[in-house]
Amino acid sequence: MCMKDSDHIPLLKVKSISKYYGRRIGCHGIGFELWPGEVLGIVGESGSGKTTLLNCISGQLEPSEGAVWYASNGGVIDMCKAPEPQRRLVMRTEMGTVYQNPRDGLRMHVSAGGNIGERLMANGLRHYGQVRRKALNWLEKVEIDQERIDDTPDTFSGGMQQRLQIARNLVTGPRIIFMDEPTSGLDVSVQARLLDLLRGLVTELDLSMVMVTHDLAVTRLLAHRLIVMKDGEAVESGLTDQVLDDPQHPYTQLLVSSILQP
Amino acid sequence: MKKQFKEQSETGSDLSCVMEGYNFAYLDEQTKRMIRRTILKAVAIPGYQVPFGSREMPLPYGWGTGGIQVTASLIGPEDTLKVIDQGADDTTNAVSIRRFFSRTAGVHTTTRTREATIIQTRHRIPEAHLRNGQIIVYQVPIPEPLRFIEPRAKEVLRMHALKEYGIMFVKLYEDISRYGRIAKAFDYPVLVNDRYVMSPSPIPKFDNPKMDRMPALQIFGAGREKRIYAVPPYTKVKSLDFEDYPFEVERWSQCCALCGSDHSYLDEIITDDQGSRMYVCSDTDYCSQRLAGRDRDFQRGFKGKIPASSAIGTKKCA
Repeated sequence: MCMKDSDHIPLLKVKSISKYYGRRIGCHGIGFELWPGEVLGIVGESGSGKTTLLNCISGQLEPSEGAVWYASNGGVIDMCKAPEPQRRLVMRTEMGTVYQNPRDGLRMHVSAGGNIGERLMANGLRHYGQVRRKALNWLEKVEIDQERIDDTPDTFSGGMQQRLQIARNLVTGPRIIFMDEPTSGLDVSVQARLLDLLRGLVTELDLSMVMVTHDLAVTRLLAHRLIVMKDGEAVESGLTDQVLDDPQHPYTQLLVSSILQP
Repeated sequence: MKKQFKEQSETGSDLSCVMEGYNFAYLDEQTKRMIRRTILKAVAIPGYQVPFGSREMPLPYGWGTGGIQVTASLIGPEDTLKVIDQGADDTTNAVSIRRFFSRTAGVHTTTRTREATIIQTRHRIPEAHLRNGQIIVYQVPIPEPLRFIEPRAKEVLRMHALKEYGIMFVKLYEDISRYGRIAKAFDYPVLVNDRYVMSPSPIPKFDNPKMDRMPALQIFGAGREKRIYAVPPYTKVKSLDFEDYPFEVERWSQCCALCGSDHSYLDEIITDDQGSRMYVCSDTDYCSQRLAGRDRDFQRGFKGKIPASSAIGTKKCA
């Protein structure tokens, strides 16, 4: 990989993000940097503010305090203050979000091909044949039978729906992808296949990824770095292996020790 | 039937028939002002749906409450009104609305497209070319073209504001992948002035090209949905399509069984229980004008070819 100017600055710079729901704290004072090609895991128990944090940095939720700087292709922009058209353009061209529940990320009454093509057409592609070709191509990449291109996602299995979500997001060649518990609704073997696919795509496309999960095994497999959250605060962060093998914070120690050993 | 129209149009112009106790054209002046302000805004932003305080009208929703309010706000004593429903001047809805305005406003009514200054329509644009100075008022059931694809009204407003119309093409994509062509035959979405995607009301897509750079002012009223939008004269109106699946209008293998027209929108009429059918112009005025021999092309091309059995009187009964 050749060194570009963009390699010297982080892709995403999050500066002490806080989100309050009234007097309740969603997340508080969290900051990190994400570099091109890096996979960041955010772990923690339910209600610890993982998803709130993810929504804040992916531009879907306005944080109460703090800033998110994103080094887009057109220059660095502040995702919290950028005008809405610009923010939405960046969100649908350079970013992608894979939701825990495929119903949030897919149009269930639109065929798989239409789901994949939506972003292409939103970005101005007006050629049916090309949309179709790209959709077929991406179905193959995410290991969905190409014959299912005209079937709606509600006829798909859970694992296929998640893979379709991934294809739908990656079709425009984003640089960063946000994942909210992508594997939580899937059984273990399907999880493994999805993770394998993700790992391949991340390397192949040089993607950066922020992944929220409560599954430490998933982060061990995919994430380069880890942030551990508890009650809206980041209690520990560092390299994945370092955090998981030598947890410092009592909560992280509890989390690591609570994994069932088969 | 034609005679009947004539009588109506005569009584319509008779001010002694105007109902007492009602303001001119039914609506009160303050409401008309409000609607005119809305129309001005709609004309200023072609294709943009302007909300307005729709009033209860003495007819049910779906029968043209939006169109009738727009017409009531625009009409003056000097105007001549034509009302069509599915192209026909003699259907219940058209007759009722025409009578409504002749009784509440005492205006002239007509069935002739060329004579009218205001044309209120449901589901068709007349075949005759409209000229500058005329106003065509459409009755609109659902003004939001994105409604069935994106049910969240707030999100839809944002999509309009930011000109994010990719989802509209998803609908067209779905049609092609399912049927091999864009199957939408009416209410075919258009892009107005390169800015707003607009529902042209449930006119057949056959009529879409007529909207492009039309010399007449086009105003759309949706009473139940409380929206008015407009296309000013000579404004670009483009039907959405794909580069490899361009927009096309319907074609028929037959000509009109009455007037022989090969270029107008045809209705299929079942004539008996054995499945016999005939195709006739849906625009009754256009058809009868041609039959009356006023169209010179018709005189040249189709003279003597009219089937003896088909007279204009039988047309609607068939």
